[in-house]
Amino acid sequence: MNPKNPPTGKTAGITAIPRIPLPPAAARITVIAGAALTLASTFLAWTWTQAFPGNLTVTGYPGGLQLLTLTGAILTIAHTLATTGTPGLRWLSPTRSNTATRHLALGTLATTWYTLIAIAVQLGGIVNLEPGGYLAGATSLITTLGALALPSGRPTPPPPPKPLPSWAEILIIAAAFGLGLSVLTYGIGTAYGELFTGFLLLTGFTTAALAKAGLITRLSRLTATHRRVTVTAAFAAAALFPLTQDTDEYTLIVVNILIFSTVALGLNVVVGLAGLLDLGYVAFLGVGAYTAALVSGSTASTLHIHFPFWAAALTGAAASLVFGVLIGAPTLRLRGDYLAIVTLGFGEIFRIAVGNLNGESGPSVTNGPNGIPNIPNLSILGYNFGDTHTLGGLTLNPFANYYLLMLLVTLLVVLVFSRAGNSRIGRAWIAIREDETAATAMGINGFRVKLIAFALGATLAGLAGTVQAHVSTTVVPEQYVFAGPVPPNSAFLLAAVILGGMGTITGPLLGAALLYLIPAKLQFLQDYQLLAFGAALILLMRFRPEGIIPNRRQQLEFHEPPATGGPIPLTKAEA
Amino acid sequence: MTTTAPAPNAPDDTPVLTATGVTMRFGGLTAVRAVDLTVNPGQIVGLIGPNGAGKTTFFNCLTGLYVPTEGTVTYRGTDLPPKPHLVTQAGIARTFQNIRLFANMTVLENVLVGRHTRTKEGLFSALLRGPAFRRAEKASEERAMELLHFTGLAPKRDHLARNLPYGEQRKLEIARALASDPGLLLLDEPTAGMNPHETRTTEQLVFAIRDQGTAVLVIEHDMRFIFNLCDHVAVLVQGEKLLEGTPRTVQSDERVIAAYLGTPFEGAPGTEEAAEVEAAEAHAAEDTDR
Ligand SMILES: Nc1ncnc2c1ncn2[C@@H]1O[C@H](COP(=O)(O)OP(=O)(O)OP(=O)(O)O)[C@@H](O)[C@H]1O
Ligand SMILES: [Mg+2]
Repeated sequence: MNPKNPPTGKTAGITAIPRIPLPPAAARITVIAGAALTLASTFLAWTWTQAFPGNLTVTGYPGGLQLLTLTGAILTIAHTLATTGTPGLRWLSPTRSNTATRHLALGTLATTWYTLIAIAVQLGGIVNLEPGGYLAGATSLITTLGALALPSGRPTPPPPPKPLPSWAEILIIAAAFGLGLSVLTYGIGTAYGELFTGFLLLTGFTTAALAKAGLITRLSRLTATHRRVTVTAAFAAAALFPLTQDTDEYTLIVVNILIFSTVALGLNVVVGLAGLLDLGYVAFLGVGAYTAALVSGSTASTLHIHFPFWAAALTGAAASLVFGVLIGAPTLRLRGDYLAIVTLGFGEIFRIAVGNLNGESGPSVTNGPNGIPNIPNLSILGYNFGDTHTLGGLTLNPFANYYLLMLLVTLLVVLVFSRAGNSRIGRAWIAIREDETAATAMGINGFRVKLIAFALGATLAGLAGTVQAHVSTTVVPEQYVFAGPVPPNSAFLLAAVILGGMGTITGPLLGAALLYLIPAKLQFLQDYQLLAFGAALILLMRFRPEGIIPNRRQQLEFHEPPATGGPIPLTKAEA
Repeated sequence: MTTTAPAPNAPDDTPVLTATGVTMRFGGLTAVRAVDLTVNPGQIVGLIGPNGAGKTTFFNCLTGLYVPTEGTVTYRGTDLPPKPHLVTQAGIARTFQNIRLFANMTVLENVLVGRHTRTKEGLFSALLRGPAFRRAEKASEERAMELLHFTGLAPKRDHLARNLPYGEQRKLEIARALASDPGLLLLDEPTAGMNPHETRTTEQLVFAIRDQGTAVLVIEHDMRFIFNLCDHVAVLVQGEKLLEGTPRTVQSDERVIAAYLGTPFEGAPGTEEAAEVEAAEAHAAEDTDR
């Protein structure tokens, strides 16, 4: 709020009474001073021993988790100044929302206190904290109290953004993607679980703050006007990722994330667009992977043939398509819960059948539970994916090769999703999802249209499976379970779609990345993973049922078109 | 009194709709019993009757949402299979008594869904986005916008259907039904919940639809609406067709009044009949707001 016009909260306001009685100006000064002291505290030692990871013992230089606190404090100060209309910072907070300041202060508090508690727990008591740690804890608390004292109430509606030349808008998009990519890279590269937890806390709160501050709405307006640029920027940024890595370690993680998110996006056609609850989707990935493994020329394959990759990919996708139609044709006549149960059953049947086709309990096709190992590396036009290549000074290790290939598959799936979703058939899917009876009364052949969605979803998963077989070099039935500790499995795929946002493109991609990274990074969660996962889903359903990335439709629901601007254009397939 | 003769102004073409002996039983309950009905080209036919008479059930039998226990439905001389999408494909479109829009789709998209049967592009042309696909999409959108202008909803094209006021939702249902270029439009209580002004514009809309060559079969409890609009009115009571005829004959039939009021008015003089119809109307209007 502008100091010249302090009671904006009140004038706009439903609930203008702050939770802590303090004049707004004093509250703001408290926030800024508190955050500045927190910032300073990160330059002090928080603990005395390097036994806690990240070396928090140095005075004069922040390290490890302190850097996160530092970032949080800087953002808090910057945003508080932005809400007062400080020139040069105003763009940070189009809505001038104090709630955003509160989120940032809370994010800093959470990260800092998490660090302090982790030190105390790991090293055995608070005696292990140095004065710097106490200072950080106290000042982040003061900042938060100050932020809570800021007047709440509805933020003033964002003023219409100043029209920028389109090159500037494109630059902003590129900068946003660059920033997003570096945040993600930082998260993937976090070396120890504590740092990752702190990272999650801070990014979680910061993202909420960005949304409250109105920056996300602005960005989505920009990306909606420059769709092509956005897609190109996103994929260019993604393609650059392996070049930022010197070891295989994180490239492998990212290939797996990409496989997981591509399959999740395929599932989104079925769940998000057509509204069919498919609990056995991972079976289609399995069909693709097994088909590719069988025709890969692996010594363990019962078919001793070796298809070139394009043929293997087509065969895998086609096999999945056939399997999808075979399962879909009898089951898609069922509605709702019945469909979910039957697909769950079919998913398990696939896994068990593959486990039994070993020549003893059934015909010899898949080697049973041992699966098909020794799947050779791909080789496309003489380019062997198993070797490290140097192209124009850039080194591409084997996983980087697979990563780039998988990125192409992802791009294809994104294209298919967006084009199919924004067409006659896509509208029919959404209509079926919204009201099946009305849709059939409008002349839509429900069964046929649902079968197309199911088959398309299956084909996309099968295609991803053909790459997965080569990345993992072994396929075994236990990779394709309903629920298990390692994604992708049917439950995690569905969770990625729901967590990310049904019917969106970015939602499942982001949801899958999170669901892959969290278990991979937080080893201590291993035993409680499914419990934590369930709890997280319940919380999500309670507080953000639309998922992290809300569907534009759901945004429209709360956001009626302003008199001037018109609604945010429904971008392609944001169905 | 039971007039089964064709309406006076009907052209002697093949009827648009012929329902013969349509019966619908739900277990022991016979909701519709041996109903015959004919709609001729260019006609607006009204279907009235007290609550629970089976009007909506009859509509559902016509459109294939229910498979009638007995009887046949013929559209322009060909028998209709009891499959909703095939009925729409053949040329019968409908609206619903309890509005069934695609709530989370925009106004324009709702109408585009209505175009489904009149367009062909499948998944592959959607994926390839060739010139034919673009042309078809453009044509669909133009036709949809035409209908939105026709129903007065054009300014709201990008609103979500769920955010429209009630009266406009009913109009959007009509626009969506018209998008399939139907030869016969079935309207189930199109003015329920509308204010008198909106009812009036809906009346104009129905006339305009008829003038464009689409026959209309309309269920309504608003008697003034029905008697203003219809060339022919059929009365359904407890699943059976009590009588049909011109609005004038139906309006003055004692059995209709009795059906609505419950008790016959012994020896009532003709001048009071109008008042009774008024009463029936008010009663019905209350009941529609269920
Ligand atoms: N699917 C069904 N199963 C069982 N009974 C039904 C079903 N649909 C309708 N009925 C019954 O059939 C009878 C006729 O209902 P219908 O909805 O057709 O009446 P209506 O004439 O449209 O009434 P209203 O004017 O209130 O809309 C009612 O007794 C109703 O309960
Ligand atoms: Mg009814």
